[in-house]
Amino acid sequence: MDDQIKISCSNIWKLYGENPEKFLKENNNNPSTEQLKSNKYIPAVRDASIDVKTGEILVIMGLSGSGKSTLLRCMSKLIQPTDGQVFFEGKDLLKASDKELIEIRRHKMGMVFQHFALLPHRTVLQNVAFPLEVQGIEPIKREDRAKEVIKLVGLEGREKYYPRELSGGQQQRVGLARSLAVEPDVWFLDEPFSALDPLIRKEMQNEFLRLQNMLKKTIVFITHDFDEAIRLADRIAIMYEGLIVQVGTPEELITKPATDYVAEFTKDIPRSKLLNAESVMNNKDKKLYDNTVNYKEKIEKIASKVLKSEGSYSVIDENKKVIGSLSKKEIIKALFAEDKNE
Amino acid sequence: MNKIKTIFKGKFLFIFGPFFLLWLLRYIVPNYTISSKTPHWAYIPPKSCLGGCGSIDGFIPFVDWTNALIQFLRKYEIFGFFTFRDFTRGIANYVDKFLDFTEAVLHKGFPSYEIGPLPWIFIITLTVILGFYLRGWRLALLGGTCFAYLILFSKRGIWELSMKSLAAISVSAPLAALIGLCLGILAVKRKRFANFLWPMLNILQSLPHFSYLILVVIFVGIGTKAGVIATVIFAFPPMARLTILGLQNISQEIKEAGVMAGCTKWQMLFKVEIPAARSPIMLGINQVIMQCLAMIVIAAFIGQPGLGHDLLIRLQGLRLGEAFEIGVAVVLIAITLDRYSQALALKEPERREGNFVKRNPYLCATFFAIIICSILVFLFPFFNEYPKELTVSASVYLDNAIKSFTRSLFVPLGIFRDWMLIYFLMPLKAVFQSMPWTGVILFVGAIGWKLGKMRLALTVMLFVFFIASSGYWVRAMITLYMVFASLVICALIGIPLGIWASKKESRTKLVLNICDIFQTFPSFIYLLPAIMLFQISDVSAIFAIVIYSSIPMIRYTVFGLRNVPQQIIEASITSGCTERQLLWKVKMPLAFPEIILGANQTLMFALFMVMIAGFIGTVDLSQEIFRALSFSDGGKGLIIGLCVAFIGLTADRLLVEWSNQMKKKLGFIN
Repeated sequence: MDDQIKISCSNIWKLYGENPEKFLKENNNNPSTEQLKSNKYIPAVRDASIDVKTGEILVIMGLSGSGKSTLLRCMSKLIQPTDGQVFFEGKDLLKASDKELIEIRRHKMGMVFQHFALLPHRTVLQNVAFPLEVQGIEPIKREDRAKEVIKLVGLEGREKYYPRELSGGQQQRVGLARSLAVEPDVWFLDEPFSALDPLIRKEMQNEFLRLQNMLKKTIVFITHDFDEAIRLADRIAIMYEGLIVQVGTPEELITKPATDYVAEFTKDIPRSKLLNAESVMNNKDKKLYDNTVNYKEKIEKIASKVLKSEGSYSVIDENKKVIGSLSKKEIIKALFAEDKNE
Repeated sequence: MNKIKTIFKGKFLFIFGPFFLLWLLRYIVPNYTISSKTPHWAYIPPKSCLGGCGSIDGFIPFVDWTNALIQFLRKYEIFGFFTFRDFTRGIANYVDKFLDFTEAVLHKGFPSYEIGPLPWIFIITLTVILGFYLRGWRLALLGGTCFAYLILFSKRGIWELSMKSLAAISVSAPLAALIGLCLGILAVKRKRFANFLWPMLNILQSLPHFSYLILVVIFVGIGTKAGVIATVIFAFPPMARLTILGLQNISQEIKEAGVMAGCTKWQMLFKVEIPAARSPIMLGINQVIMQCLAMIVIAAFIGQPGLGHDLLIRLQGLRLGEAFEIGVAVVLIAITLDRYSQALALKEPERREGNFVKRNPYLCATFFAIIICSILVFLFPFFNEYPKELTVSASVYLDNAIKSFTRSLFVPLGIFRDWMLIYFLMPLKAVFQSMPWTGVILFVGAIGWKLGKMRLALTVMLFVFFIASSGYWVRAMITLYMVFASLVICALIGIPLGIWASKKESRTKLVLNICDIFQTFPSFIYLLPAIMLFQISDVSAIFAIVIYSSIPMIRYTVFGLRNVPQQIIEASITSGCTERQLLWKVKMPLAFPEIILGANQTLMFALFMVMIAGFIGTVDLSQEIFRALSFSDGGKGLIIGLCVAFIGLTADRLLVEWSNQMKKKLGFIN
């Protein structure tokens, strides 16, 4: 992964109420919760700073009303933030003219919506071709491209269907296809699978991972489902009441929760799914044993073989260098230590 | 005893107190007469008691002011070279160009090219194909039947009359729809314009038709084009409303999807917003068409020829059989146009695959139908012009039937009518006429204040003050009495019927269907049975009003009762409610806010119908409006119209607010 920054948000505020800009200025751009409450402002996003790196999947997570959708909309300037800055590929989005914004949206951004937001009067093909149509691309060209994307999401043969004739999962495939039609650099997904049944949701997550493996987009993904977040994310940002509480890899969130709120969130996640050998190994014991495990292996996968064998396992990194060891003790500790984070 | 105490302790006294005090004072003060020294100005607005109950000025001369304004607009060249009237007449001339075309197609033909009007066979065939396309064979059958009736019963020219009316509608409906759509879009895009448009729409929709008919006569003239313009003014408000509603209710996500796709403003409007709101917009078109139909009789008052004109003449001559025949034609056209436009509104695009014919079956059918019809018309004159010998008329039989029917029922109906007059209507009228205007102002103000809003209180008080000061107080109270009497009867009929209908799915469907059909009837039709049964009296007017305005009462009662959440009903049944307890302790309280809204709608309908009932001789505001119409007294017509509108708006504001507050208490809305 290359660490170039695609979108950079700094100190974003979004307040609802009367003349929020003035209120924010009067309070040094940092009003407290009490100040907000006593002046009847509703804070949707508070002082949020976050960078989205090129090629990563950043999941923004939080319960409903935590401001995650608002933050996403500030990134694409669907909503004008009250204060703060958004840089898209180094360009100040908040200072861009309407014309520039239209250009950026037409070529660089794609967005998928929770309730699909398909145009009911258009067929699947016309829906997918819509972003190309508004760019003024000629019919034959745009339909060819649309067919390509429809094939990509596995909806071949349904081109002439109307949205109402499709199931929820299929409709969201159309949504995915539409957002991909312009080959965007950045892909915004706003709770794309929340309106779907659990089984379909799983299927769509796999579909999403498959697409991402092929396309390698920069992705901002919103969800309220922590399971979904850890399945998909490179990094997770947890939001609570408009604040970004913590940003980190799934492992970091579990092993080093920044607040009790994050800890509460991550409590019910089976640790074996998240923790890898590196994060639980005994790093003082660097002997080479007969058996080795890769340091990235998830505990879930290696627990049973470590527990069955008598001796210890060496943990090796990608250069086959021993960096630590795993014995039954470490595994058991990792699996059953509920309250202590080591 | 306790109950009485609480009533007097509570706000009851505050609301009704001043009102009743003033009212009673009038009877308690000894020897009270208008000429005595008691402060009679508190009872009847000053000046308006001079010279009896004729057309008199109020203590604020609104009528004179309005007439002065009209004079100004007629004479003064505000646009530099021409007056406002020249401007309106200029527009009317453009409308006339369109009218020339539709009239030529439907009934006049193009004499300069030696082409006749569209032969009847074309009209029937195309209607049938359109019916198939829009919904299926039932709709096609309805359309076919309608036009078959028109051609078959055209002994007295019903076909030509219908074509004249349709020619007018096919200009006024698209025009009204277009104006409504544009205003609606503008209102959604510009908040300020919306703030201006809403109250305008409210007043326009509660003004009685006749009051702006006069203005149309002054600024446009008479005849078909004047009728069309009056119709457009009357028909565009619902379109504007539904457009606003439709555009505002598009889901936020769909709009965002449009923005994210990189739409420009115009692309957003035409490719995203209007298509996404097409159902409400189409419903608006349906409303426009129905309003246009409702106007065909009213526009006849300013000389628009067609079905309405002939219906009016026959009603005036009490030739009920012939009037009935035309009435059926109007009703058939109304139902057909209503169902067709509804089908259009609900029509979803269909997926068709295959070759050209398979993809466009109706286009091909239309094409072939045109060819075949052309051949038929060319070969047989029968298909070009339906022969007069083959037309029928049932008016003679109808006349006889109506005569023998009314004769056989003359005595019992007479007894009923007199009983109603003596024991219900006359006393009620006396009560309303004796209401002091100052008391009424305090009364509505108190209710408005009780409902919690100073602004509401002031608004309704201002409305009532306007009526009192305009000089038409006594007339207005007679109007109010008729409306109130009808409202009481409507509630007595509508609520029980609604309760009965809500018990079973099948009954609900039946009753709502009947309501639908009744609602498509143009209002004048209701005068027919009223005159047949009760001749000319307050009873017949109220009878017509009641049939017309019971519909919303029934509808809202059914809606309210059927929309009680299933969970609550199940909870009550498991708590051991009997059927009766379920109704009175659970369903009715929850449905009450809806029933209040129903009463509000009924009141609006009644107010509208009272004005039309003026045609059969009532002595309220409607008579004054008819008088103003015959003298082309624009100012008077408009001011009386505003009086009527303000009666409606006062009741509307209060009832809707009351209903909303109850809904809030019940947690139905936030």
